[in-house]
Amino acid sequence: MTAAKAGHYEAFESLVNRYEHKIYRLGLNITGNPEDAEDVLQETFLKAFENLPKFREDSRFYTWIVRIAVNQALMKLRKRRTDRSVSLDDPIEEDGEVIPRDFADWKPNPEQLLGRTETRERLEKAIQDLPPSFRTVFMLRDVEGLSTEETAEMLGLTISAVKARLFRARLRLREELSKVFK
Amino acid sequence: MNCRDVFREISNYLDGDLDPELKRAIEAHACGCHHCEVVVDSTRKTIELYCDGRLFPLPIAVRQRLHATLQQKCRLKVS
Repeated sequence: MTAAKAGHYEAFESLVNRYEHKIYRLGLNITGNPEDAEDVLQETFLKAFENLPKFREDSRFYTWIVRIAVNQALMKLRKRRTDRSVSLDDPIEEDGEVIPRDFADWKPNPEQLLGRTETRERLEKAIQDLPPSFRTVFMLRDVEGLSTEETAEMLGLTISAVKARLFRARLRLREELSKVFK
Repeated sequence: MNCRDVFREISNYLDGDLDPELKRAIEAHACGCHHCEVVVDSTRKTIELYCDGRLFPLPIAVRQRLHATLQQKCRLKVS
């Protein structure tokens, strides 16, 4: 980190190698668009390199670049939807309770089925089909491992709004995955 | 405690974000209710599966373009 902060490109490149997959995945899931995800990936690491001297090592580097990536991705998302402005703090449109409907036991070891392209595509489609605010919260909380407070602060949401979106995202994904793994 | 109560709190339960009494009540119910047991287990599994690195792979061409761009722009800045 010290070498990277001093401007040594090779040291910075090892940080890129470590996190590039995660940043691409995050960009793709917020924007829902591969071209935008590539732009987010490039812009995130360019900004990180530029601002690295300002990075305070008492915070986690990964949380720091996630914050940059989320800002870039939200800008892309809003630009693509100028006709219907996307705000992550829009009230949840769905009425009523989320009730699970599929109670079948899952096959043992569903992770083994992820070796199949078809299974991976169905899981990827399930998350892409969620509203942007649901999948963004799910990605930050459950995949990137941010706390509820960090997620709320990063997205400009209240704690209860983060929890409500996470709850709905998790149950909707579970319902879709039940079709794959039962 | 009924199934609906469990479903309503499932997200907080998985996050360990419940008071101990409510947590115990959910576990006592789920222990004897197959539907709730399935929903709790499969929701937990759903989260684990989305953390699998095999999902959303970084395409090789995208990675190559990233590194080419960074090398060009960052090296320029350093020199």
